[in-house]
Amino acid sequence: MNTLETSTKLEAGTTLEASTKLEASTTLEAITKKVIDDIRITEEDAVILFQEADLLTLGALANLKRQRLHPGKMITYIVDRNINYTNICLSKCRFCAFFREDGAEGGYVLSQKELAQKIEETLELGGIQILLQGGLHPRLELGYYEDLLRFIKSRYTIHIHGFSPPEIIHISRQSNLPVQTVLERLRASGLDSIPGGGAEILVDRVREQVSPCKCNSREWLGVMETAHRIGMKTTATMMFGHLETLEERIEHLSVVRHLQDKTGGFTAFIPWPFQPGNTSIARPVSSGFEYLKTLAISRIFLDNVPNIQASWVTQGAKVAQIALNFGANDLGSTMIEENVVAAAGVSFRLPESELIRIIEGAGFLPNRRTMDYALL
Amino acid sequence: MKDKGMTSLKAVKELIMESTESKESTESLESTESKESTESLESKESKESTEFKESTESKESTESMKSIMGRSVAVNRFPAMVQEMLGLFLDSDLEPIYEKVVREERLSFEDGLTLFRSNNLLGLGFLANLVRERINGNDAYYIYNQHINYTNICKNGCRFCAFSRKEGEQGAYVMSLDEVAKKVRARLNEPITEVHIVGGLNDNLPYTYYLDMLSTIKEVRPSIHIQAFTAVEIFYLAEISGQSVEETLLELKDAGLGSLPGGGAEVFSPRVRQAVCPKKIPAKEWLETMKTAHSLGIRTNATMLYGHIETLKERVDHLLALREAQDEWGGFLTFIPLAFHPQNTRMDSLKKTSGFDDLKNIAVSRLLLDNFDHIKPFWIMVTPKIAQIALSFGADDMDGTVIEERITHMAGGETAQVLPQSDLIRLIKEAGRCPRQRDTLYNVMGN
Repeated sequence: MNTLETSTKLEAGTTLEASTKLEASTTLEAITKKVIDDIRITEEDAVILFQEADLLTLGALANLKRQRLHPGKMITYIVDRNINYTNICLSKCRFCAFFREDGAEGGYVLSQKELAQKIEETLELGGIQILLQGGLHPRLELGYYEDLLRFIKSRYTIHIHGFSPPEIIHISRQSNLPVQTVLERLRASGLDSIPGGGAEILVDRVREQVSPCKCNSREWLGVMETAHRIGMKTTATMMFGHLETLEERIEHLSVVRHLQDKTGGFTAFIPWPFQPGNTSIARPVSSGFEYLKTLAISRIFLDNVPNIQASWVTQGAKVAQIALNFGANDLGSTMIEENVVAAAGVSFRLPESELIRIIEGAGFLPNRRTMDYALL
Repeated sequence: MKDKGMTSLKAVKELIMESTESKESTESLESTESKESTESLESKESKESTEFKESTESKESTESMKSIMGRSVAVNRFPAMVQEMLGLFLDSDLEPIYEKVVREERLSFEDGLTLFRSNNLLGLGFLANLVRERINGNDAYYIYNQHINYTNICKNGCRFCAFSRKEGEQGAYVMSLDEVAKKVRARLNEPITEVHIVGGLNDNLPYTYYLDMLSTIKEVRPSIHIQAFTAVEIFYLAEISGQSVEETLLELKDAGLGSLPGGGAEVFSPRVRQAVCPKKIPAKEWLETMKTAHSLGIRTNATMLYGHIETLKERVDHLLALREAQDEWGGFLTFIPLAFHPQNTRMDSLKKTSGFDDLKNIAVSRLLLDNFDHIKPFWIMVTPKIAQIALSFGADDMDGTVIEERITHMAGGETAQVLPQSDLIRLIKEAGRCPRQRDTLYNVMGN
């Protein structure tokens, strides 16, 4: 809504509509002022920002927030590999193109030999971390996961960022143990930190529709809170652009911010759009615009989460590079291997040299990091 | 918070009162191209600055408010915060250029270089968007078109091209006129308004082939606009027909030619042409051919192939040469920066262009080419995502639904061949712009 349009409408006599829009524009001004003055914005503010602010203004505000948290020109990334120990999963989420049912063709559980090979390749490429995630396998119990961790740690020096909250909840159910015990035993076996996957949209109305068999939002947040309380760091994600409303998308940001106020345990937030290929949700792919707006608003809203990651895996190198001006200060992982997004028909490859090239090409300085954002 | 809101509301209301006081001023704001509007803006200067004294600190901010008022970027909607908002976008390099942009002053070579060297992407977008919205408001155009690449046999053999083949080489092809007619006929049930034709310089094809191709298409689909043959092809057709460029163009026009695409410009620098396309006509001939077309009332596009071996200075020189040529006849419709695609070319050691560079080329060309009405990213080359984002960085056209594009795809273009109309409209709307289906000459189609 611009002032010229407003004035034309006032003239034409559609006063009510015009004055409503005028008020909206004034509200936008007030929200913009809040961001500039470093005052926390509300959920309603975020909705209005999404609906009313133009892309460049959102970028400028997100950039301002980013500069305050990360002065200078540094953009970080990590060299790691996604290892999906199994694709057999009870959850059958509608947005997922990766899983197989138990006994179905194409289902697998990685052997220790395969696992070792993948880790050795990762180390050879300078990798320092593996992202270890898998399906909710109906026949695996806590002992399997403990063995897996001990096997890795007894042989290799590598950071294990593993088991998102739905997996933790699943293991706790399989083994009839409380979440905290599961986390403590996994940590004792070598688990270093927890990835923020499986968050999707942390609103149960949405979860019931897109991932009814997955843990609910309270459980997801509970795992993270427990992990933070026993001193483990985690990330948080959001998968948007499917069946959620804009308000629900913002509610997701809000519950993450709320928990972070309590624990401070989230190192990074990673929003990415739902990829509809090979899934059972018929929706167009989110546009570049939608992605950049959501990313920018995440940076503005989550004033207590230090790092925001751009998702080159879903957006490609071009948009990921643009995202560095829209609030992102991190390009995530080089992902020596990635399977889940690829199964939905999207496969961007980005070697470390390319990652460095796009960071430098946008006038920034690339820097390798660890999971907890220590620089290397 | 509420009190503050009220104050701002008051300021906005005053602003609106001011801008609606006389209808003239509103109208003149809309058509900033006319000289009158500039005058009427100037005559209002003193009055407006008094009006804004309460809400803004300095005269400078008043000045900027006045000149850029009524545009969609939030900075222009927030009279009380102009300086703060400008501070988010501008830096010491861009500030002097911003002053020029607001005053609608022509930018210099040095300005162009400063813009290309800047890493302030949002600042570049902000400046380009001012010009974009001044010229095109909130509109974003697209066209329902069909591409035909009639042959890939080409004697020029440019090093950046993955499309061209020598005669007899595997994959070489020529479309017969029957095939061309068949392709047009196959889509008669679609609301296509333009057929876009580009091909290689193929010594086996007689001059009559081109004339017959145009008339054949016109027979199959009389109402279609044919945008065909780059300046490079036109120059070649003049050669093989033994006529002047002017005579050739007139004959082609009689046969059905509507306008010329902007390809073959590459980068005008002789150094670059010698290195990447030594057999192609030099810049002078390219520009002369275009100007001849313009003098005959044939509109054309213009392009620049960026992202290979050209320097930033050579990019600026290229854009300024186009601006100068446009000053003569005003015949260029649209400028299209083309992103170099290295795969399968003889320059495949180079990398694909980055999203940053794609947007920068859009923004800088929008700012330098002040006499061009339209700037179009070619989504086939830069991806639909970047083309959509470009609508905030100076672009006002999403090109077309494009069926059967071969040239970029043979160079490893990974985009789809078709972007359905519904997708184009959705992308434009999500970008907060107003979708306008256009014909080749930017007449908006009624719907």
